Amino acid sequence: MEPLIRLNNVSFSYPDENDTKIQLLENFNLEIEKGSFVSVLGHNGSGKSTIAKLFNGLNLPDSGSVTVNGMDTADESNMLSIRETVGLVFQNPDNQIVATIVEEDVAFGPENLGLPQKEIRKRVDEALKSVDMYDYRMHEPHRLSGGQKQRVAIAGIIAMQPECIVLDEPTAMLDPQGRAEVMDIILKLNRQLNKTVVLITHYMDEAAMADRVVVMDSGKIIADDTAKNVFSQVELLKSAGLDVPQPTELSYRLKKAGIGIDCDVLSVDECVDAITRKLLEE
Amino acid sequence: MLRDVTFGQYFPMDSFIHKLDPRFKILLTFGLIIVAFVSFNFYSLGLVAAFAVLIMILSGVPVKFYLKSIKPILIFVLITAVLNIFYISGETLLVEFWIVKIYLEGIIRAAFVAVRIVLLIIISSALTYTTSPTSLTDAIENLLKPISKLGVDTHSFAMMMTIALRFIPTLIEETDKIMSAQKARGADMETGSLMQKIKAVLPILIPLLVSSFRRARELADAMECRCYHGGEGRTRLKVLHASYRDAIALISSFILLSLVILLNILF
Repeated sequence: MEPLIRLNNVSFSYPDENDTKIQLLENFNLEIEKGSFVSVLGHNGSGKSTIAKLFNGLNLPDSGSVTVNGMDTADESNMLSIRETVGLVFQNPDNQIVATIVEEDVAFGPENLGLPQKEIRKRVDEALKSVDMYDYRMHEPHRLSGGQKQRVAIAGIIAMQPECIVLDEPTAMLDPQGRAEVMDIILKLNRQLNKTVVLITHYMDEAAMADRVVVMDSGKIIADDTAKNVFSQVELLKSAGLDVPQPTELSYRLKKAGIGIDCDVLSVDECVDAITRKLLEE
Repeated sequence: MLRDVTFGQYFPMDSFIHKLDPRFKILLTFGLIIVAFVSFNFYSLGLVAAFAVLIMILSGVPVKFYLKSIKPILIFVLITAVLNIFYISGETLLVEFWIVKIYLEGIIRAAFVAVRIVLLIIISSALTYTTSPTSLTDAIENLLKPISKLGVDTHSFAMMMTIALRFIPTLIEETDKIMSAQKARGADMETGSLMQKIKAVLPILIPLLVSSFRRARELADAMECRCYHGGEGRTRLKVLHASYRDAIALISSFILLSLVILLNILF
């Protein structure tokens, strides 16, 4: 099956302050399958935000090609249909909200698509309900909490009914409660609304929720597998400047100390189970 | 401190005034301001005041917010009133000392001018309190449509206004933060000569400006991601349309205008 997004031999560079070219990506290949939940993990400067902008043509590759449903992002005439297919949510909710009333902001995308008024109304209501912000539809965004604002920003993308939603560190500016709220919605996008979700993050525990984890370091993919398989490669992750989830770290250290429990445990519960099992054995 | 600003604030409610077509509201606001200016005696001005009170009540916005909107302009009202007391001469001399003569006519005139200014503020506050900035700019875009035929880009103008209004609270919050940050570094903003105070503003202004540019860039990206491509082919969630309410508002405004003219002539 044709993947939803395909990055084929992509090279990308950008000029720094002194106008010298910085080569970020070289012959980079990545495919995102329809309906999947992929997380892209990497520390700052690993190129993970750059690929988010390549997905919908906000960045264009120097060479190679990016296609969305077979449409080339370099072709200007595809631009609107590509952005209708792949929605992008950014880190700072304050800088994504255009209107001064929640529901008017969510309507911004559908309005740009030129939909009839009735359809806009329907989509706005549905989108707000799906992020549990319907009761706040008449509120002013600047009076909401960070997590609520980010949910409004996500609703603004949902209302355009894209096949795929790419989120670029959507929780980086939020408090723990806001993070939890937004992660609930992101899971729901994939599991209930059947959207393809690409979550770009540097939080391990968030990345672990995805079906597939892609780890990036200096513009290269250093691991691309299921969450379990990726997180069991503790040394590789550490070399990329990332911290592994605490339960994985614990089992890794136990193993190193000669106490072998399953190394691929991701959640606290799994970790507790594995250790109890081990204790019962002995 | 900065958060007390009520200018341009909107109170989402469901009142008669809220439901008026924003285009009518803008035109009626201008109309009422003109009517307040052509009221030449207390009878006609009283009538306009009664109308303004009616609008306040119908808007459902608590009266205290209207009073709040008058507060920042109170000094201006007082100065104008005091000037009128001293400058207007008449027949009934009340107080005389040195070169100052205060006449009854001056005091009446001062009260008249003060009431008129307060009415202007109440009327324009009623517009912004009951109309969301988005529908306000929508209405302006709509009213400016005739000019767009001359090649003026009215859509971009309206979009800029919407974004400016949207970012006022965000920037106020940010200014607050930068001020605290600079104070924590020992910046002194309260004491010193005027020149020193102006210099103290720079360390606030520059970070604010830099971050505004960053915000603008991010917002532009976010808008592009949401398929923004100018006003062409854009539809709206809220289509402006006049209803029976607008007819009521229009008719009552005309009655008011005729009564004011009548009272002006009679007295």
